[in-house]
Amino acid sequence: MVEVTRDLFEHIGVDEGSQDAISRPSITYWQDAWRRLKLNKVAMIGLVLLSIFSCMAIFGPYMTEFTYNANNLDYTNQLPSKSHWFGTDGLGRDLWARVWMGARVSLFIGLAAAVIETCIGVIIGGLSGYLGGKIDMVIMRFIDILISVPDLIFIILIMVIVGAGILPIIIAFALTGWLRMARLVRGQVLQMKEQEFVLAAKTLGAGTMRLVFRHLIPNTLGVIIVTLTMAVPGAIFYEAFLSFIGIGIKPPLASWGQLASSGAKVLQVYPFELIIPAIFISLTMLSLNLLGDGLRDALDPRLRK
Amino acid sequence: MIKYVIKRLFISIITVWLLATIVFFLIRILPGDPFSGDKITPQIKESMMKYYELDKPLPVQYAKYMKNLLQGEMGYSLRYKNRTVNQVIADAFPKSADLGIRALLLAIPIGILLGIFSALHHNRLWDYLCMIIAVIGVSVPNFIIGGMLQYTLAVKLRIFPVAEWRGFEYTVLPSIALSLGTLALVARLMRASMLEITGQDYIITAEAKGLPMIKIIWKHLIRNAILPVVTVLGPIVAAVVTGTFVIEQIFAIPGLGRHYVLGIQNLDYTLVLGLTIFFGAFVVFMNFVVDIIYGLVDPRIRVAK
Repeated sequence: MVEVTRDLFEHIGVDEGSQDAISRPSITYWQDAWRRLKLNKVAMIGLVLLSIFSCMAIFGPYMTEFTYNANNLDYTNQLPSKSHWFGTDGLGRDLWARVWMGARVSLFIGLAAAVIETCIGVIIGGLSGYLGGKIDMVIMRFIDILISVPDLIFIILIMVIVGAGILPIIIAFALTGWLRMARLVRGQVLQMKEQEFVLAAKTLGAGTMRLVFRHLIPNTLGVIIVTLTMAVPGAIFYEAFLSFIGIGIKPPLASWGQLASSGAKVLQVYPFELIIPAIFISLTMLSLNLLGDGLRDALDPRLRK
Repeated sequence: MIKYVIKRLFISIITVWLLATIVFFLIRILPGDPFSGDKITPQIKESMMKYYELDKPLPVQYAKYMKNLLQGEMGYSLRYKNRTVNQVIADAFPKSADLGIRALLLAIPIGILLGIFSALHHNRLWDYLCMIIAVIGVSVPNFIIGGMLQYTLAVKLRIFPVAEWRGFEYTVLPSIALSLGTLALVARLMRASMLEITGQDYIITAEAKGLPMIKIIWKHLIRNAILPVVTVLGPIVAAVVTGTFVIEQIFAIPGLGRHYVLGIQNLDYTLVLGLTIFFGAFVVFMNFVVDIIYGLVDPRIRVAK
């Protein structure tokens, strides 16, 4: 038993200045969101898969000696083998090269369409919500009317008119996809524009444009990013759908939907030609959905404990 | 309530009119004409154009089309000899509706049950299993599910017929393929909504006053949790309608979706125009019905609008 005496203690006093110091570095909203996302294993698996597919979309076609559009009628409908890793299609084109070219096209369409429709939606929704009044009324009625008709019907019509190809698909998606985003952003802005920081910015003399684009929209970014992530699989699905019914991407250009479409025609004899692209479409959509769910949990402040 | 119904009805009618107008003019700026694929002399082509009144100025064509449309007449198909669009619809719609109703009858009850079941086993094995199935159902496009079902159960195992539409056993695979995406969506939504309500004060109250579990689940949980599912019924109907485009293609079902895709590929103006308006009007009408149902089950909606 050690005897505790007075001289074992040392008086260190109180440093008035250091009491209010914060011992850990403060982290921003985005750092915090990233930390939360990293803890979500399922979302991270999605992110890793997407990164792999994106890398392969860039480098995949160069990893084989065959090009995506070279026919070789001596080697048609080959099963996957040492030289043709995913086999060949009905015209002897190497499916490994085609799958990764298809990944380029499909992922590019998905991303480009989602980004464009998000931009349009954010601008229109943000302004509509902030300005309110008659302008808001007219824009919202217009959206109400357009939104009640299925997207695909409009997309198919636009595709029929503009013709097949990558750019027409992106245009068609952008023209139909912004409606939902605009509605969402408008709702968020409406909720937020009565809050004190907006009043403070107004008092300091911020104009409409500055208020909307510097204060209101950055504060809805979390919701916007989640919706964007969810819009990408939608666009990939629509591209696949259109190519499947024959008005999307046309061969020799490849996309996952186009590959699935050609594969479906010979399904009874050469099932691998559908199964391979089908796996990639499904895994990509799955990853994006999982990542979207993860992002929603990470970015939504209401879920914090 | 009557005011609410009239307002919804008015918006629906405007929507259908606007859709018909947009579609009419979009179709007319299509490159090429419906007879460009045929080998016919200019004289015959001219008289064909005259016969179908494609030589008149656009506003005249539009006025005539609208007048006929009001009387429910959509004109002759340009490709099917001597068949009106109305006859095509009358012939094909029952098959598509049959398929769609089967898919909905599978998707909605099973989806709701799965969602309830998951929520009641929150964060346990059953919950994870159900949600894995649901995420996969949302992620895998319906034409891939259709193709895979066709290959495994029909081509390989020969349990069901491969294609066509002749009796009950022919309907099983297409209905399942069409329903899975919707089923997964409903299950996810129902689960999320159940979990949100489980944390509400009135559930704790109900538990505290000693109500038996089964009564709490039936009277308080499910009744309140089912509301969000009612709101997505509109989009679900739209998804099933567009889903029939590919499912009917895969299983060679002579329904409306198949005629629509063929019409697009053949540039059959009147058929595409008629079917687009029909699909649009159908979905708008279903949305109208859903809005009314929603107004009936949730009084807050009809007061707020």
